[in-house]
Formats: sequence, C-alpha cells, structure tokens
Amino acid sequence: MNLRKRVVLIVYIAFLMVPIYWLINMSFKSNTEILGGLTLWPQGFTLDNYKVIFTDRSWYSGYINSLYYVCLNTIISLAVALPAAYAFSRFRFLGDKHLFFWLLTNRMAPPAVFLLPFFQLYSSIGLFDTHIAVALAHCLFNVPLAVWILEGFMSGVPKEIDETAYIDGYSFPKFFVKLFIPLIGSGIGVTAFFCFMFSWVELLLARTLTSVDAKPIVSVMTRTVSASGIDWGVLAAAGVLTILPGMLVIWFVRNHVAKGFALGRV
Amino acid sequence: MAEIRLQNLAHSYSSQPQGATDYAIREMDHVWEQGGAYALLGPSGCGKSTLLNIISGLLSPSEGDVLFDTRKVNTLSPEQRNIAQVFQFPVVYDTMTVFDNLAFPLRNQGVAESRVASKVHEIAEVLDLHPLLKRKAHNLTADEKQKVSMGRGLVRDDVSAILFDEPLTVIDPHLKWKLRRKLKQIHEQFNITMIYVTHDQLEASTFADKIAVMYGGQIVQFGTPRELFERPQHTFVGYFVGSPGMNLIEVQAREGGVTFGDQHLPLPAALAEQLPGLAAKRLHIGIRPEFVQVSDEPGVGGMLAEAVRVEDLGTYKIITLRLQGHLIKARLPEDQAVPKYEAWVGFPAQWLMLYADDRLVEAQP
Amino acid sequence: MTKTHDNRAWWLVLPVFLLVAFSAILPMMTVVNYSVQDIFDSSTRFFVGADWYRQILNDPRLHDSLLRQFIFSGCVLLIEIPLGIAVALAMPTRGRWASACLIVMAIPLLIPWNVVGTIWQIFGRADIGLLGYSLRELGISYNYASNTRDAWLTVLVMDVWHWTSLVALLCYSGLRAIPDAYYQAARIDRASAWAVFRYIQLPKLKSVLLIAVMLRFMDSFMIYTEPFVLTGGGPGNATTFLSQTLTKMAVGQFDLGPAAAFSLIYFLIILLVSWLFYTAMTHSDQK
Repeated sequence: MNLRKRVVLIVYIAFLMVPIYWLINMSFKSNTEILGGLTLWPQGFTLDNYKVIFTDRSWYSGYINSLYYVCLNTIISLAVALPAAYAFSRFRFLGDKHLFFWLLTNRMAPPAVFLLPFFQLYSSIGLFDTHIAVALAHCLFNVPLAVWILEGFMSGVPKEIDETAYIDGYSFPKFFVKLFIPLIGSGIGVTAFFCFMFSWVELLLARTLTSVDAKPIVSVMTRTVSASGIDWGVLAAAGVLTILPGMLVIWFVRNHVAKGFALGRV
Repeated sequence: MAEIRLQNLAHSYSSQPQGATDYAIREMDHVWEQGGAYALLGPSGCGKSTLLNIISGLLSPSEGDVLFDTRKVNTLSPEQRNIAQVFQFPVVYDTMTVFDNLAFPLRNQGVAESRVASKVHEIAEVLDLHPLLKRKAHNLTADEKQKVSMGRGLVRDDVSAILFDEPLTVIDPHLKWKLRRKLKQIHEQFNITMIYVTHDQLEASTFADKIAVMYGGQIVQFGTPRELFERPQHTFVGYFVGSPGMNLIEVQAREGGVTFGDQHLPLPAALAEQLPGLAAKRLHIGIRPEFVQVSDEPGVGGMLAEAVRVEDLGTYKIITLRLQGHLIKARLPEDQAVPKYEAWVGFPAQWLMLYADDRLVEAQP
Repeated sequence: MTKTHDNRAWWLVLPVFLLVAFSAILPMMTVVNYSVQDIFDSSTRFFVGADWYRQILNDPRLHDSLLRQFIFSGCVLLIEIPLGIAVALAMPTRGRWASACLIVMAIPLLIPWNVVGTIWQIFGRADIGLLGYSLRELGISYNYASNTRDAWLTVLVMDVWHWTSLVALLCYSGLRAIPDAYYQAARIDRASAWAVFRYIQLPKLKSVLLIAVMLRFMDSFMIYTEPFVLTGGGPGNATTFLSQTLTKMAVGQFDLGPAAAFSLIYFLIILLVSWLFYTAMTHSDQK
C-alpha cells in the first residue's frame, strides 16, 4: 500500500471514528463533568448513565420495542420477498416489468408523504401504537429493496439446478427450502442486513405510528428534554447503545459485505 | 527478439516448501530460442500458467534464474522485459476505439503520432481490423476483441516475446482455426519469439514448431509434433498426444524381454541388455494404436487377443482388444476387415517403446 | 437465463404485491383525495380541484425549500461520490485489513438517524463538543445554531460523515470485480496510474456508481431526521429542506389539502430527476 493511499485511508477512518469516540467519551462522564469543561477522556469515569438506561423502564423498553419491530420487519420482508424474487428471476409473466418498476418507485417515495395517511390507515384498523404497524410500514421500503437484492443473487444460480431437482422428484416447496435457499445464503444475509439497517435507523414513521406501548428508542431519545435541560450523559449513553446492534450485525455479515454491497449487480 | 533461458528454475507458492508436492514448477533447465514458435502443452494444473507468468515477469520465481539474452531478469517487471502477453479472455479498453486501443502502448512510450498511426495501420492490416478501427472496443465480438489484444502486443517494435495464455478459450470453434492461422502468419511475418500455452494438442501442433509438454511441474519433452508422436519420452506424452493416446501396459522384466500376463514379449537386444539395470523400476511398454498390427494370421510373434468393440470413425476404425487382461486400442484403415471375435496382434519393434518409471529407455548406441 | 412464460408466477408475487399495495396504494389514494379537497373536519369537506396545487406551486416557502433542497443534494453528490471513489481506491484489496476497514466504515451507516444528529449536535457545540471547542480555541468563529453558513457546513459535513461509506463500499465491491488480467495488461502497456483509473477502473464502476448516485440523490432529497435534530431547520429556515417543510405543514399546521398536494409534487420531482439520472447514465455508454 503506497503512502498516499494509506494517508487517505487513515484520515478518513479517523474522521469517522472521532465523533463516535466523543460520544462514548461523554457517556462515561457525569453531567457535571460534561458541563464543567472539556476533557478528552473521563476524569471521573462513571457508569451511572448506563445504569439509568438499564434500570429505567422508559429507556430500556425503547430498545426492546425497536429490536422487536426491526426483527419483525426483517422476517416479514424476507418471507414475502423470497418467493417474489424467485418469480422475477425465473419467469416472465403478465405485467412483470411494470410490477418490478412499481416496486422500485416505492423506495423513492419520501416517508414524509406517508405520515398522515399511515397514521389514519393504521388507526382505522386499530393497529396504532403496535410493533406490527411499524414493521408493516417499513415493509413499504424494505420489501422492494429485498426483492431487488434477492433477484440479483437468484439470477446467479443457473436454472438447470431447479430442473434437476424436479427430475429428481423434489416438490417445489421442498426444493426451495432444502436446495435453493442454501445456495443464496449470502444473498439472504445481505438482504437481512439492509432490512435491519433501514428499519433500525428510521425515525419519522416509527415515531408517527407509536405513542406509548411500542415507543421505539429513537422516539425516547428525541424527547428527553426535561425542565432541567438535556441530560447529556444519559443521552450519550443511549446513543452508544444504539450503535451496538449495528456493529453486531456487521460482524455477522462481515464476510459477505464486500460481495453483497454490490447487491449482486457488478 | 530474445533467447529466453530458464536455469535451475523452480517455483513454490508457499514460503517454506517441504517436499516436491509444494512446488508448482519443479527444477528445470530450458532454452527457448530466438524467433521460435513454441507451444507449452499440458493438462490443467500442471504449472503452465505459472511458468508463463514467470517468463513474462508477472511472477518472480522462488528459485533459479530467468535470462533474456544472457541477462538475468528475475526481478524485472513485464514492461521492463518488453514482454507482450495475451490472456485467456480478451482484455481491451472498453471506452476507447480500436485505433486508440492499438495506439495505447505506443502513446505511453511517447512515440510520435505519425509513427503511431502508421504502426497501427500496419497491424490492423495484418489482423483484418481495418473496418473496425473507428468502433468502440466495447461493442466488438469476442474474437475481434482478442485480435485487438494481440494487436496491442504486436504494435510495439521492441517486444522481445509474445506470450499467449490459452487465448482461444472464449472463441467460437469455427473461428478458432482462423485465428490460429492468423497467429502462424504473424509469426512468419514478424519472426518474434512466441510461446503459446494450451491444453489442446491440436492447437499446439498446428501453431508450434516445437512443443514443450508439461506434466507435474516439469517439462517432460521438448520436440517437434512429430517427435512427440513417434518417440514420446514420457508415458504422459504418449497418453496425452495423439487420439486416442498410446497404449501402455505394465510389464515385468524376464530374460531378454518382458512379460505381462502369460505373454512373453522379446525385446530388441539394445533394449533387452538394459533390463537388469532397471530392476528396481516400474516398467511399461508403449505402442501407439496407429502402429499396432492386427490380423487373422498369427504371423511372427503374434499374440492372441479378444475383440471387445469397434468404433467406426469414417476414414478409420478404432478397435478395442483385450490382450492378457489389458485393454488396448488399434487403429485400422477403413478398408481393413474387422476381426469378429479374435485377432492376432503384433507390436513392431520399431515402434515399441519401453518406459522405466515413466521415462523412455533409449537404446544405447 | 431464459425465463419461462408462466402467469402462475403471480401466486409467488402476490404476497409482495398485496403488502406493498396495502402500504402504498391505499395511502396514495388518500393523499390524492385530500389534495383535491378542502377539509375542515371529518364531515365538512369541499372539492376544490386543482386549487391546492396552484397554491402550492406559487408558495414562496415551497420555492425556497425546493431551492435549498436542490443545493443540498447537489453538494452532497459533488462531495460524496468522488470522496467515496477515492476511499474505495485507497482501501487494501484483500486480507484482514480489508475486512477491518469495511467493518469500521460501515458503522456510521447503522446508527439511527436521530443519533447521527445528536452526535453532531454535541460535537459542534463550543461548550461540550470537541469540534466546537477546538475551533473556538483556534480563534475561528463557529456557531451552527445562529450562523447560517456554519449551519449549512455542519449539516453537509454530517451527511458526508454519515453516508460516504455507502458510496465507498459500493465502489469497493465494483473494484473487486475487475479481473487481475486488466491490471496486468495495463502494466504491460505501461499505462500510468491515471490511465488505469480512467480507462479500466472508472468504466467498470459504471453500474455501481449508478446505484450510488441514485441512492444518494433519493435519500438526500428525502432527508428529515438528521438536520432536524441538529439544527431544527434553523437558524430560521436556513436548513429547512423539503421533508421538514412538508411535515410541518401536514402534522404541525394540519393543512391537509395543501400538504397532500405538496406530497404528490414532491414524489413526482424525485421520480422525474431519478429517471433523468438513470437515462443519462445508462445512455452514455450506448454510443
């Protein structure tokens, strides 16, 4: 690796890591230390902020709620996208190109446009303030993406494998579950990664469709202004904790990241 | 133009090679003479691509030396050795026109534009690329792209050798022979050293003056196609060259000849007298199907064999016979009568080869 | 692959269709419905035709917001695309360092958007943030809350910090797909590093760059949370982009009619510009 490349890389990674370091730094300080003056590392190292989050129900329930609907969303998105992607990959049918294009345009829709309609829609069917509501709402954006990614990976598996399986006597469900899915394992991993990513980070819809029962952590964090001002320490700790699930997910799919990011389309 | 010499060359991909199996290229000494058309023939995994990359400079050998005209070039890169290489799949600069593709190496060297134009036209003429000069390389067919790749190699005046790594792999079969002829024509016209790597013996024999057969990381024979056919120096050469390959039968030495099964086959004196010295080695006899004599009469030294099956290939037939439990093939001209159940086979001494540990035993003069 | 023509495939696609239609078509119908009516309450509504559209299209707030949005998205693309390509080129090609880089670079992409805003909100303050403090110590005046230029810069740097990795990771995958033989041929042809980039790497990156440009354009055009948390849209309206304007109108002021009309126009703008990008980039190599 020549010097110029190394410098670019180091500067970029430092650029990415410093603000995160700063957040971690703050999460281990008390509010008095934070507001007292700037220190590069915690002088009075404390775990109090994290204690607050783990003991106060209004905080940790936020995480649980978020994780719950994100997992729901990932499962639903994958479950419906897999057969659909298979259809797009293997068959031509009436309206297939238009359907595919329409799916992709949903990804282009600004969430802000759906705020009110979704609010009314889910209220009217009694799903307001439920996890399933957020999971379904996020499907609008995740399912087209999932279909697109999976179709790319599936097209990489030759049709001959399907045909051989039928000749060998496999029924379609058995073939799909036992033979096909293992072949596109990395595609499923990448899709799950992207579904998780978009659902976990989204605020607007998640906040609009919930109030108390299914309140996600993102809502909890944006409403922590109290009379005494913002509790910076706890806020920082909460922020750090939201980064952790993401890091875990990256760790699990790390082997597929390079290939997967091209979404099978290089 | 250069004479390329490989001295004590060996290569291992691992940093601490333990035994022979860790070596992709086992110790070899070889000379590729200036201006020759050579083929490097062998099955997949025998090390031919490794050897080619060592010659071109894309790989530095772990042991031994590569010399161009007596100059050691081990550490020199391909551009420093003035090597041109054509790869398995066409490598063209998609966004440039064919003209710019061919001009690219010259322009990088700072050659004057007028000279660039004349050289490009000359090469385009030879490769029949003239009608395509203005087209973008992206839209060409595979064989046109491969011709452009070759053109880039030829366009430079100072190229010492052109190396081809199975360049016809992606070409349609009916265009392959056209390109092969083109390559031969280029060689005759420009007289550059060319080394052509392939696993197809037909390609090798039609292109090259001399073929180096590689097996297990070593060059087991270096000779004209005819030499490879008539006197294979290694059992692998016998098996690989020719269609079908040479018949090989494992034998034991016994008084003035060899035996297999119940059959004793006497050998010419020049070979028979070496048998005692080969006691510890594995012995095979080999004879090509083309030279096996098949008849209904025992004749001199005939051996009884049972006919197993016959394949009629139009102008000739291949008959498979069982001789003492070994299956051998013989090639019969189309007008010879095919034996139904049994036949007498003879192995003329002139074409009978003896191999000890897979290597040809030569008659001592 | 040759696909068989079989309309029974619709059964496989039906779940997706129903789910997305439920989430998309029903709400869209509501939006269209609202955009042509004046709604006082649930029982009093009047059909007003294209009135809302006319009002919106002439609304200076919308014009300003749209202009700011285009400038923002333009800057985002101008910075993030070249930077992403540069980072991808700088990355090691394989091995443990490559994996480590990929993992570290992916972290900003997985942080909830409000936390992104919070991180930079803290980071930029002179009292509790490293950046704000350092700038103040260096004597540079910087206040993203009250100074328009500082607010814009901060929002842009935040977005670059947040999303450049996506471009870099996409380009990295694209680069990995280039066979070694191309680089070897370039060496043999004595091509300079710039020539290698221009004639080999950049053309091969076309398809991933298309994905990158489309995604970054669309997402930057729809941005809401991060600038909202960081600056609240301020100072004044300086960093109020389209989504925030729309949200204010729909939820804050409850002007359903105009909000609905605005929504449709918003969506159409994205579709139109995306289509323009797509056509431009895919036709450029059709010569």
